[in-house]
Amino acid sequence: MVQVTERGTTMRTSVSVRTLVLVGSLTALVAVILLSIGFGSNRLSLGEVLHALFAYDGSYNDVVVRDDRLPRTVLGVLVGMALALAGSLMQAITRNPVAEPGLLGINHGAAVAIVLGSTLFSVTSPGEYVWFAFAGALAGTALVSVIGGTRGATSPLRLVLAGVAVQAVFVGINQGMQMVNTHNLQAMRFWLVGSLVNRNLDQLSVLLPFFVAGVVIAIVLARALNALALGEDTARGLGANPALVRVAGMVAVGLLAASATAACGPIAFVGLMIPHVVRTLIGQDERWVMLISALLGPVLLLGCDVLGRLLGSPGEIQVGVMTDVVGGIAFVIVARRLKAVRR
Amino acid sequence: MTALVRRESGVDRRSVIVVAVLALVTLTLVVLSVGTGDYEMSPGEVLATLAGSGTKAQYLVVMGRLPRVLVAILVGAALALAGAVFQTITRNPLGSPDIIGFTTGSATGGIVTLLLFGSGPGLVSVGALVGGLLTALVVMALCAPHGLLSSRLVLLGIAVSAVLVGVNSYLLVKANLEAAAQAVGWLVGDLAGRDWSFFVPLAVAVAVLAPIVFFNGRALRMLEMGDDTATGIGVDVHRVRLTLVLVAVALVAAATAATGPLPFIALAAPQLARRMTRLPGPNLAASAFVGAALVVAADYLGQRLLESSLLPAGVVAAALGGAYLLWLLLRRRA
Repeated sequence: MVQVTERGTTMRTSVSVRTLVLVGSLTALVAVILLSIGFGSNRLSLGEVLHALFAYDGSYNDVVVRDDRLPRTVLGVLVGMALALAGSLMQAITRNPVAEPGLLGINHGAAVAIVLGSTLFSVTSPGEYVWFAFAGALAGTALVSVIGGTRGATSPLRLVLAGVAVQAVFVGINQGMQMVNTHNLQAMRFWLVGSLVNRNLDQLSVLLPFFVAGVVIAIVLARALNALALGEDTARGLGANPALVRVAGMVAVGLLAASATAACGPIAFVGLMIPHVVRTLIGQDERWVMLISALLGPVLLLGCDVLGRLLGSPGEIQVGVMTDVVGGIAFVIVARRLKAVRR
Repeated sequence: MTALVRRESGVDRRSVIVVAVLALVTLTLVVLSVGTGDYEMSPGEVLATLAGSGTKAQYLVVMGRLPRVLVAILVGAALALAGAVFQTITRNPLGSPDIIGFTTGSATGGIVTLLLFGSGPGLVSVGALVGGLLTALVVMALCAPHGLLSSRLVLLGIAVSAVLVGVNSYLLVKANLEAAAQAVGWLVGDLAGRDWSFFVPLAVAVAVLAPIVFFNGRALRMLEMGDDTATGIGVDVHRVRLTLVLVAVALVAAATAATGPLPFIALAAPQLARRMTRLPGPNLAASAFVGAALVVAADYLGQRLLESSLLPAGVVAAALGGAYLLWLLLRRRA
């Protein structure tokens, strides 16, 4: 069995580094939230943003912030957290540095289920979407797990290929459905790009239970995942049930990926990049990896969203496009850094 | 080893039979494909018309539908040959142009041309060629420290094509509605409306490029046994490899320009050919025929599968090819 290791990863990291990273991540999160609210077709100063948030008086700027920027930003925070958490869970379970819900076709599984739902059962609201999305995400997760193999350290290449194959099938089905029902095409085409535009807080509240359930399972599993990292037998000795941990973990991944995808379409690479960066910064303690990932996921997603608005002005580049480009480049770097790539 | 001996002693009998059967299958699909549509014709009528004894109306119908299947045949053969070349050179069954991003790169080049300079098969071909070559260059440069034979090539290719997929969707969002619709139609990989103006440039490209591949077939087979062995036998390894990579990228670009990116044909055709002939090595002729049969079949299925509308060949190829890749991965574990 070839253990895939990376340069620069250390198991033990001193407490002060963690604290430093934690403080830095929190600062970055606050900064990117303010940027996301303040930046747009009309730019608002920090004072105006704070005014709208804490001294709302119904002025034009206040309305823009409350009805448009704020929901968008809240959505970005939740989706970023969900994707990054799902990624770190998958990487811990498969012990594979390239595991990620977007790359492995799980988000597309959710997307296919939603397109199927809207074509066959005229499902239109995210509240109904999310059940289809959850079923699709679980199906995708199960499929990739079976093919890629979740036991022990799997080959990164094998897992990615399983993802490519699953994704191709899903995308093929998607395109087929769109061809059959052209009425769907217009709505689905924009949704499938992955975007944070045009959401409101009501829709968000529907997705929240799925998101919260996923987060809770992840927190409960954190200790057991650390045990699992020490090997199957050691984990059992420490009182963890490896099979149960894997299944529960994959359910959590499904819940998180489903709520993210139902909210804003399939978005790739956030779950790949963030846990990867976090691991190189603070080591392998899953509890910390998950915490910091949950903070930095939104930083990446909202950062990409703001960057998309900046580069695309007067319009904007959808956040899904931005994450594809940024994430693809990061993935190139990851692929080059892997020491042992086994077929 | 027995298979090698069989091959060295001349043309393998099983290969000949396989190619003949595939040619027959392709012909049957062509006749079915040409005979179906708004104006139905029986296979007998199609054959009679092709032989020159149909009515004037039948002749017009057949001539209208013929270029589409001919384009399908050439595209399938071109992609399959490119796949066989790449899989042999990288010594990796997954090292095919669609997996390692060249097809996506051709698509990017095609869309850029389509959006900037308008449509037209000639122009789009140039764009697709430039896009494919540039992507090939980038992927190989990224892989350079480890060499083409590294399995890293596949990961890097997937990564690069992820970036290009983002670029492609950005280009589509940016374009005006009409151009975007045109580009979307092309991106899916479709044979609808392919007439003689698509066939001619493609035929010229394949007529020039395919013989180069076949001419280097023996050297290619030697390359598979390792650089040292090949050099020992007198093969100029570097020249052959460079020539074949360029030709294969050009084949992918020509095919992509004609129909848009058709997924998985380049991956599956050489492997299916190898299974059918039970011969190692690139199996060029059999691969080309499998590729042709696959694309014609995908197009035919797309037209017949659903009553209400026409599925592009690319959608059928994606679903079937993805399923094939899944099957491949499941089998390799066993």
